[in-house]
Amino acid sequence: MNALELKAIHKNFGKTQIIRGIDLAVTTGERVAIIGPNGAGKSTLFNLISGRFAPTSGEIWLSSQRIDGKQPFEINRLGLSRSFQITNIFPKLSVFENLRCAVLWSLGYKYSFLKFLADLDDANDLAQHYMERIRLDKKRDVLAMNLTYAEQRALEIGITIAGGAEVILLDEPTSGMSKSETLRFIQLIRQVTEGKTLLTVEHDMGVVFGLADKIAVVVYGEVIAYDTPDAVRSNPKVQEAYLGSAKSH
Amino acid sequence: MQTSATYYAFKPFNIARWVIWGLFAFVLLLAPKAFSSNFSISMLTQMGAVMIVCLSYNMLLGQGGMLSFGHAVYTGLGAYIAMHTLNAAANGLLPIPVSLIPLVGGIGGMFFAVLFGYVTTRKSGTTFAMITLGISELVFAMSLMFSGFFGGEAGISGNRVFGQPFLGITFGPPIQVYYLTATYTFICVALMYAFTRTPLGRILNAVRDNPERVEFIGYNTQQVRYMAFIIAGFFAGIAGGIGALNFEIVTAEVVGAARSGAYLLFTFLGGATFFFGPIIGAILLVLAYVLLSEFTKAWLLYLGLVFLFMVMFAPGGISSLIMMNLRLAAFGRLRHIWVAYIGLGITALLGLAGVAAIVEMVYHLQLDAAMGPEVRFAGFTLNTELSHTWFGCAMLVVTGFGLFELARRQYVHDWGESQEFIEKEIKRREEAL
Amino acid sequence: MLSSGLTLIFSMMGVLNFAHASFYMIGAYIGFTLNSVLGFWTALLVAPLVAGIFGALFEKFCLRRVHKFGHVPELLVTFGLSYVVLEIVQLVWGRTAVEFQPPNELQGPAFTLIQNSVSGLSLVWGVASSELCQASDAAVRVVCSPFPATRGFMMLVAICMMLGLWLLLTKTRVGLVIQAALTHPETVESLGHNVPRVFMSVFGVGTALAGLAGVIGGSTFVTEPAMAATVGSVIFVVVVVGGMGSLAGAFLASLLIGIVQTFAVALDYSVLSLLQSMGVSVGVASQDNALLKLTISQVAPILPYLFLVLILIFRPRGLLGKRET
Repeated sequence: MNALELKAIHKNFGKTQIIRGIDLAVTTGERVAIIGPNGAGKSTLFNLISGRFAPTSGEIWLSSQRIDGKQPFEINRLGLSRSFQITNIFPKLSVFENLRCAVLWSLGYKYSFLKFLADLDDANDLAQHYMERIRLDKKRDVLAMNLTYAEQRALEIGITIAGGAEVILLDEPTSGMSKSETLRFIQLIRQVTEGKTLLTVEHDMGVVFGLADKIAVVVYGEVIAYDTPDAVRSNPKVQEAYLGSAKSH
Repeated sequence: MQTSATYYAFKPFNIARWVIWGLFAFVLLLAPKAFSSNFSISMLTQMGAVMIVCLSYNMLLGQGGMLSFGHAVYTGLGAYIAMHTLNAAANGLLPIPVSLIPLVGGIGGMFFAVLFGYVTTRKSGTTFAMITLGISELVFAMSLMFSGFFGGEAGISGNRVFGQPFLGITFGPPIQVYYLTATYTFICVALMYAFTRTPLGRILNAVRDNPERVEFIGYNTQQVRYMAFIIAGFFAGIAGGIGALNFEIVTAEVVGAARSGAYLLFTFLGGATFFFGPIIGAILLVLAYVLLSEFTKAWLLYLGLVFLFMVMFAPGGISSLIMMNLRLAAFGRLRHIWVAYIGLGITALLGLAGVAAIVEMVYHLQLDAAMGPEVRFAGFTLNTELSHTWFGCAMLVVTGFGLFELARRQYVHDWGESQEFIEKEIKRREEAL
Repeated sequence: MLSSGLTLIFSMMGVLNFAHASFYMIGAYIGFTLNSVLGFWTALLVAPLVAGIFGALFEKFCLRRVHKFGHVPELLVTFGLSYVVLEIVQLVWGRTAVEFQPPNELQGPAFTLIQNSVSGLSLVWGVASSELCQASDAAVRVVCSPFPATRGFMMLVAICMMLGLWLLLTKTRVGLVIQAALTHPETVESLGHNVPRVFMSVFGVGTALAGLAGVIGGSTFVTEPAMAATVGSVIFVVVVVGGMGSLAGAFLASLLIGIVQTFAVALDYSVLSLLQSMGVSVGVASQDNALLKLTISQVAPILPYLFLVLILIFRPRGLLGKRET
């Protein structure tokens, strides 16, 4: 069973066709990178999968559940989580609080107002655990808005995975980072998404080829290639679309 | 003054926590000893009730990021329900003791919050604010229509003394009403504080910070807001019930936009970013409405101006000013700056005194001219007909504010120095970890 | 008129101006003062200018400061301003209404509608003479409805204002700059336009329009301290119902609400009488039911707010609005 499956997805905004028929199947545990020129519709695709918009037509399946048209929180509860290209954290909460919020639903605490956070050992332990994994435990009580950019991106990833989702969508996780930061970050991503199904949108080819099992190339709202990195690299259609940039690292 | 991202770490140790709450209870218990006239006691009762309202309002504003222009709807409707219940109880129809009337008010407030809240919380931001305004105007306009429930122009009145006294308590004397109020206040404040430490309370903060992201960690943002709205409505209703008992009459203005505006203004003034801010705001509200209005006819003007300046220069309110200076104190920098504060204070006082004198004189001319040209101001008698009075005041304003500007520059310099010191200190401590 | 100014400010700057009605009031009071000194027509020109300058200054010193704190403080600062303006107006002009009469040219009816049950509808410019209005024969019913010149003038100015604004925004370069500055202020700034000044002038124009409305409204209706409050809530309703950011929507909504309110007050039916006229027999107990006994005219004051709430629930964009906040 595929962890994530897109069938004949179309998306129009008014009269403009952004996604013109995409079929994609991602096996459980696979790491897929989505690449393509700007404006090709990659972020829109993510938005469709995570429920921010509903597709104009087509189906999206998460394992055996159909998720197109569902609200983001419903999709999240079914086991899919995403990060954002523009850092989307809770600025006035501390690092620890950010992560603790992210684990609350998955631990079943829902809208409880009759328990104290300080007493929720499992939530606190889990938040601590993730904080250590993303190596922000020294900044436990720092307000998220006071972190450096790279730290905020790390927190972003942390919030995304803390809920324990099986399918993770990362939207340009390394955008705005320097070379060295990117390398470290990729290590981090590889570690924290061990065993999960990963979909990332990326522009940095080094990241893509280092991280992905499969690459999907999206151009003008369609997938023109979906294959292993080597196959994609030598795919003439891809080379045409990129005019040789597929060779650069 | 910068509202820079400050290091808010309000982590009371367990002992400090008991001390603070103990102090609060202590103050509540002994306040009537310090202010013992019936008038003062009535004011204290009002303060207790308004504290509950402002804190419940801040649940929406400061904790949830929801700006409501119609919170008085829930205090007011709670008050009406409480009053009707009181009358029913007095007539023997309902076996509810006076001490539980505020609770009935709370249930009333909660009921209407459930009703109106569903549509109100479906939207956020400005739209939400507009809906609350619309509902507020709606309810107020309805108050003239349904005179059975609202009692028309005269309102609904009642008597809180009926039946057998319980352990000698009749709730007739104001002091007894005060202690009842103080009990409710303490419990409600404690409950609302506890709320901030629950999952729902924290997720509410997350909704305030980033409503969209909350959806992506599994929470239905609208549901969170709706629940917070209902809880806030409950506490608002309790305060309304207390008001009904205290004044023994409820009129349409308790649901009016003016009252909602006052709650908003003073909660903001006290400070929406800290839990205790609204408590300060509540005290100021009662002081302003009851006392200030007696001292000067220009009080609304002063209020408006203070509010404007607060929004422009200190949007965190008084509580944020206190916390910023506490932070200075924590790093040992307060002694460097208190001189600048004194300078600021004195010059500001001078300048403001000049302004106030002019304002008072103008008001006097406008409103009380028939009473002759003399105005009493801060112990002085000012003659509005003499031009040198005006001139003197104008000079006071000019010199006062001129000196203030000088003091301000010094202050900014000192403040900046201290901030730098603190930043360095924080960094140093971080590295030492 | 008021609504178009408010819409302008909101659509341009995303700021909902609580004090808009206060500028209306300022316009009225200043117009009143100038009227007694310089005459109505000069007042009509100068008072809006004064209101506009106040608005621009407010924007520059107060609004701009709080802009960086977010939308909530912006709302709050205009909210605070409304308090302050109210007090200052009362301070300077007193707490009772002042006599602000329209000029002689605008006194009296612009035209009079004569409804004669025999000869039908006819129109007479100016005042209709008493012979036309009273029928000699008691069997003939004549109703004379004078249409005040002031109302006519108001409508004329309102329409000109709407048209003028619409033209300005859509056809001129200034309008384009304004529209661009709304969504992408930094870009517009890097193109060389002084964006802060643009915002300041937009705000100033919006408040000037409010002032203009104030001069006209103050002379037609009453000029008193409470005028801001009475007008304020309705204009908000109009702007929101019409769609925040849409001039046409504001126009439509103000018409709609005006018509509904006029009819509601004029009609005196209640649900009860409606049921009775439909032949539904209603029990004696229900006849006393407060809800059913409500006549439409009694309900009239809440109709705008009911509209507001309903629109916000079902169509938050408003009738013709473009953005949802």
